[in-house]
Amino acid sequence: MLKFLNRDRLSYAVFFIAIAIIGLSVENYYYVQLLTFIGINTILALGLNMLMGYAGQISLGHAAFYGLGAYTTAVLTVHYGFSPWLALPCAILLSMLVAFLVGLPTLKLSGYYLGMGTLGFGMIVHIVFREWSSMTGGSSGFIGIPPLEIGPVSFSQIRNFFYLVWLTVLISFIVSKRLIHSRIGRALRAIHDSENAARAMGINTRNMKLEIFVFSAGLSALAGFFYAHLVSFISPGTFSFIVSIKIVTMVVIGGMASVWGSLLGASLLTMLPEWLHAFSEFEMVVYGLILMLVMVLLPQGLTRGLLDIYERTRSKKDQP
Amino acid sequence: MAIKGVSLSVAQGELVSLIGANGAGKSTLLQAICGLLSRWKGEVLFQNVPIKGIDPPGIVRKGISMVPEGRLIFPPLSVMDNLKLGAYTMYRRKQHHQIAQDLEMVMTLFPVLKERIHQPAGTLSGGEQQMLAIGRSLMARPQLLLLDEPSMGLAPLLVDKILKTLVDLRENGLTILLVEQNATAALKIADRGYVLETGRMVLQGTAADLLADEEVKRAYLGKDYEQFYEGLNS
Repeated sequence: MLKFLNRDRLSYAVFFIAIAIIGLSVENYYYVQLLTFIGINTILALGLNMLMGYAGQISLGHAAFYGLGAYTTAVLTVHYGFSPWLALPCAILLSMLVAFLVGLPTLKLSGYYLGMGTLGFGMIVHIVFREWSSMTGGSSGFIGIPPLEIGPVSFSQIRNFFYLVWLTVLISFIVSKRLIHSRIGRALRAIHDSENAARAMGINTRNMKLEIFVFSAGLSALAGFFYAHLVSFISPGTFSFIVSIKIVTMVVIGGMASVWGSLLGASLLTMLPEWLHAFSEFEMVVYGLILMLVMVLLPQGLTRGLLDIYERTRSKKDQP
Repeated sequence: MAIKGVSLSVAQGELVSLIGANGAGKSTLLQAICGLLSRWKGEVLFQNVPIKGIDPPGIVRKGISMVPEGRLIFPPLSVMDNLKLGAYTMYRRKQHHQIAQDLEMVMTLFPVLKERIHQPAGTLSGGEQQMLAIGRSLMARPQLLLLDEPSMGLAPLLVDKILKTLVDLRENGLTILLVEQNATAALKIADRGYVLETGRMVLQGTAADLLADEEVKRAYLGKDYEQFYEGLNS
């Protein structure tokens, strides 16, 4: 019994109950929508965290995979009349295929060079979204993406969409955690620490990096799919370079190599602009200031930082 | 290339020491065996099968494990995760029950690792880290164990302990190639030895012969300097 109720399982249960309570208690349409966006961003941040936090490979072009997911489902459902549920695997697979092809040459790079490589890739994809007007609607955007539905349940009801997204978040968490605690997760952390030592352990570092890059792209495409069907309108701006940076910020602020950190980072970065409306024209200044303060005071991210503070106060209490 | 025209052999069940000063090419040789160097000319045979050109994962699967110079443990990971990483190729082949046995074996060999099993490996002392590095490479169930300077930076007592472990492992049938700067200690436990000097093999023979060799004494064992300083004549 005690073994069954380990820490991970307990936290999933708490998380599940929290989703249910929030879903039932929050009435305001706008807040439910905001929470749904947090869920989508959490999936995005989790995807990048697997790559950046665990394997230590930076990607400054993750918005491209996010966009590929969104545009693929948009094009397939609107231009070709696919059911969204059929478009979903197509979107994810296409994104993963692109990640594989891009990853083959770029993952040979490391550090800043990998950053530059993925940055360039993100910009190219952004330009394709903008210029391929016949397919993507160009810079004026893509309208009329159908809402999701399963039988009688329509996800144009924002509350249903909220549950759908957050249950997906929960499942992604469970899958990611299992991956992290497996042979693969250990190999990723070994690569993060020293690629040479990892190779000496018999880890095929090249394949391992490629696999996690592809996995990460798949999660981003999933987030893109939800975004497209939630908002029903997408434009290239949503998948620009700035968005890639924002995803990186979510991971770093929330906490690298922490699944829950992705949730925290995504929540903070999605909520902050809302809270800061009161500062009107100084909004961006305060926003930047807060991010700077978090980085200066809690350089390991919110999750680790808060845990450290908790442990420090506890040990102070124990030894008067 | 740091080494040229070098040839060496290790028979099954033997403990062979390769000694030489800094920059003699000892580590380069080990890296070449492990497939960590991509471009070099020569041949490596393992159990009469050429293994040159095989990538490091393939080499590990063949049964060759290396304890790298400077230990190269993974400091942020727990001792347990470090050990499990050593068994990475075993996990790939789904040999989970053997891994549990091997973990037990390593922890009996180095009881201190059992005490620290959940600690991050970076918090261990130098000697413990070396034990972890050796334990980790044993987790791959090697037939040939390569060690690159396991005594580096350790106190003499710990060096003795580590080297004694190697003798025990050899007695259990493991073949060992030991690379060391600490020539006396390495030759004392070895069956045979090689002396590498600026990329060339200058001497080889049984460990006892090498220990007695005047040239080795002068260059690596520091004997004549000791005698010189103490004013003795032999």
